Amino acid sequence: MTGIANPILEVRGLTVDFLSDRDPFRAVDSVGFHVSRGETLCILGESGSGKSVSTSAIMGLIDTPPGDIVAGRMIFDGRDLATMTQEERRDLNGRKISMIFQDPLAHLNPVHTIGRQIAEVFEAHGVAKGAEAKRRVVDLLRRVGIPDPEHRVGQYPHQFSGGQRQRVMIAMAIALQPAVIIADEPTTALDVSVQAQILELLRDLQAEYGMALVMITHDLEVAASMADRVMVMKGGRIVEEGYARDVFTRPQHDYTRKLLSALPHGSDADKGHRRSGKSAGELLLTVENVVKRYTLSSGLFGKKHHVNAVNNVSFEVAKGETVGIVGESGSGKSSIARILLRLNEPTSGRAIYRGEDIFRMNERELLKLRRKVQMVFQDPYGSMNPRMDVRSIVSEPLRIHRDILPKSQWNDRVVELLELVGLKAEHANRHIHQFSGGQRQRIAIARALASDPELIVCDEAVSALDVSIQAQVIDLLADLRTRLGLSYIFITHDLPIVRHFADRIIVMKQGEIVEQGTTQALFASPQHSYTRSLLNATPHPKWESGTVASLSARVS
Amino acid sequence: MTAIPTDLKAPRREPGKARVLLGYLVHDKLALLSAIYLLILLAAAIFGPMLIGDMSTKLGLRQRNLAPFTLDQGWAYVLGADTLGRSILARLVVGAQNTLGIAAAAVVTSMFIGGTLGLIAGYSNRWYSHVILRLADVVMSFPSLLLALIVLYTLGPSIPNLIVVLAITRVPIYLRTTRAEVLELRERMFVSAAKAMGAGSLRIVLRHIAPLVMPTLITIAAIDFASVILAESALSFLGLGIQPPQFTWGAMVATGRGYLANAWWVAFWPGLAILLTTLSLNLLSSWARTVADPQQRWRLQTLRRAPR
Repeated sequence: MTGIANPILEVRGLTVDFLSDRDPFRAVDSVGFHVSRGETLCILGESGSGKSVSTSAIMGLIDTPPGDIVAGRMIFDGRDLATMTQEERRDLNGRKISMIFQDPLAHLNPVHTIGRQIAEVFEAHGVAKGAEAKRRVVDLLRRVGIPDPEHRVGQYPHQFSGGQRQRVMIAMAIALQPAVIIADEPTTALDVSVQAQILELLRDLQAEYGMALVMITHDLEVAASMADRVMVMKGGRIVEEGYARDVFTRPQHDYTRKLLSALPHGSDADKGHRRSGKSAGELLLTVENVVKRYTLSSGLFGKKHHVNAVNNVSFEVAKGETVGIVGESGSGKSSIARILLRLNEPTSGRAIYRGEDIFRMNERELLKLRRKVQMVFQDPYGSMNPRMDVRSIVSEPLRIHRDILPKSQWNDRVVELLELVGLKAEHANRHIHQFSGGQRQRIAIARALASDPELIVCDEAVSALDVSIQAQVIDLLADLRTRLGLSYIFITHDLPIVRHFADRIIVMKQGEIVEQGTTQALFASPQHSYTRSLLNATPHPKWESGTVASLSARVS
Repeated sequence: MTAIPTDLKAPRREPGKARVLLGYLVHDKLALLSAIYLLILLAAAIFGPMLIGDMSTKLGLRQRNLAPFTLDQGWAYVLGADTLGRSILARLVVGAQNTLGIAAAAVVTSMFIGGTLGLIAGYSNRWYSHVILRLADVVMSFPSLLLALIVLYTLGPSIPNLIVVLAITRVPIYLRTTRAEVLELRERMFVSAAKAMGAGSLRIVLRHIAPLVMPTLITIAAIDFASVILAESALSFLGLGIQPPQFTWGAMVATGRGYLANAWWVAFWPGLAILLTTLSLNLLSSWARTVADPQQRWRLQTLRRAPR
């Protein structure tokens, strides 16, 4: 690595405020970094740490007002960006500095073909037009690994899978062979195995074109697998920076240490205290041969064909046990959750809960069931009505199931529940938007506990949370399990998370169970090749050289 | 991506909500003027008939078609007089009550009916929600003025009939907007969560969905208020609206029509009042939309910069 000698991009003392009629909110506070050609800098931090704002400033993507660049210099290739005109900066964007966003679907225009959108990069910068531009687009698509590019160049964004869309975004970013690429959480929305492929592609392209890569991520493993140097941000400030290996193996700052210890790696997890240790007790729920079939028809007169979102799934949940269901998007794991609570109707199958078939319950029996089985959703903000205060949210199950508690005791119960999940009584009068992500999920858990449930279905309940918060919420769930004798069905795409929480794990792929067993056995000797590929797809640190390429090659 | 971070801990004591809103209003001069104008109008509508009700009906042969901007006949004739020598200023003030009252009643009725039907049509998939939608299509595809003409011609013009007719023609707007919002809201996670807790349809619609549709409906109502005034004016202009001796601004424009060449002010002042009212309502509702949008709100705030 070239090191500090000749940085292509340098940021010094950048301070950005967001203005309102209150005191200005300091999103970024005297942040400085630099990156050289061929080097990868990872900016690591949780949501709200200012990592995206610092790079948006480089691209000139912050609206001023309400944004306000208070101080700092941004120097690209020896030129101060502040001294350049709007026109010059626009030309620089895309040609010399380009950006890859987290959500490619939101950043691609749905009404234009992929080919046209990539060609726009050439046309906007006056590099190529018409047939020449199209030829280059096809070359680019081939380079980023889109099969059959001649044909796919005329397709629309929705005809591509999530990983392919991200490849298209990457194609746009590298179209003019920029000197710097800023990648803002490029793999966060993707499944682990697709993530491995995209990271591999970025590494290859970097080696080929020798560009500098600034990568923003909250994922420690991704950062470790990509970074030459790491910069850790918290609350708009840099708390630690240095060579990746040093930061990851000998973290200096408390915050970095906390982040790194949030999720124990490797076999440490097996010693975890978070598992219940219970299994094979009294059976609570028996799911037998559940099928959910969707009928799709292509076009108005097209042939109908069936898709089994859930195919012949059977499993059991014992009292006090935690069953983890793991799979990538489209594996049918969330469909199972929704079917078990009868939010969607199954096509066939049985689910026996304490001797009664959930799928044959009438309205009255269902109401009783929905008292005993609760659900915690992925996005706590979305799963609670933004207009209601915390008191109404948490007491809603009491309002629905009138026989639980007399109205006069609701207030006390809400306070009790809030304290149970580690919040305070005075939080009851606030609204959801005044809480952080972790606190919101605590409120969602408090609400789920209000009706004294026996089984809680957690659908990606911690996936949207930051790493250190994930650990807190899982600790809370584990603690509640011991105190209240709860059972959990814990649905996630993230294997490491269930590793120290679930007693048994079910691995799903395309609607079917491919493997199930106790957590220990599954991690020690995975039987199915898909389970093995999931385990291997977890990124490995860059400094543990060599192995990276071979591992991801096996996955793809 | 550059989402504006929200500050959790407010460092200083928060000023009251009303004060904050007033501050936003002062920041947008046009909206402030609109609000002042509408307040004056509201006062005129409430107290006008009590104070100068007689003056508005007093005939004066000497003042027939008196030109405006003269104080010779007293302050009441500053805007001139109509063909029967009645003070236009007094008639504007008194007419505000009928004009605004009819429009408000029609808007509230159509918002309530349209909102309720929209909630049903959006949330339920049963046969009646299809019936509701097709009925709305029928009302929408029929020229509203023609519909009003037919109904008023058969039922006879009166204030309640006028309100009903105006309300019916506006119902589809609220219905379709509500339905569109409900279709989106009912797929939201918190509705699934409520269902999973065992909430029934009525609870979900009334407690979870309706409160979130309300702001949209109110914004539409503010804009629609203006169109209703115009529609009522059009009907009164055609002689099917309000009947003398009752009058509205629309009816005043209608009487002034024949004198445009020699006494333009008879039609001009009520026309101007209608224009200013609709304009104010539109400006104010666009202000309200900015206030309601957290991403846009800074436009109305006094931004404090950090010292440098």
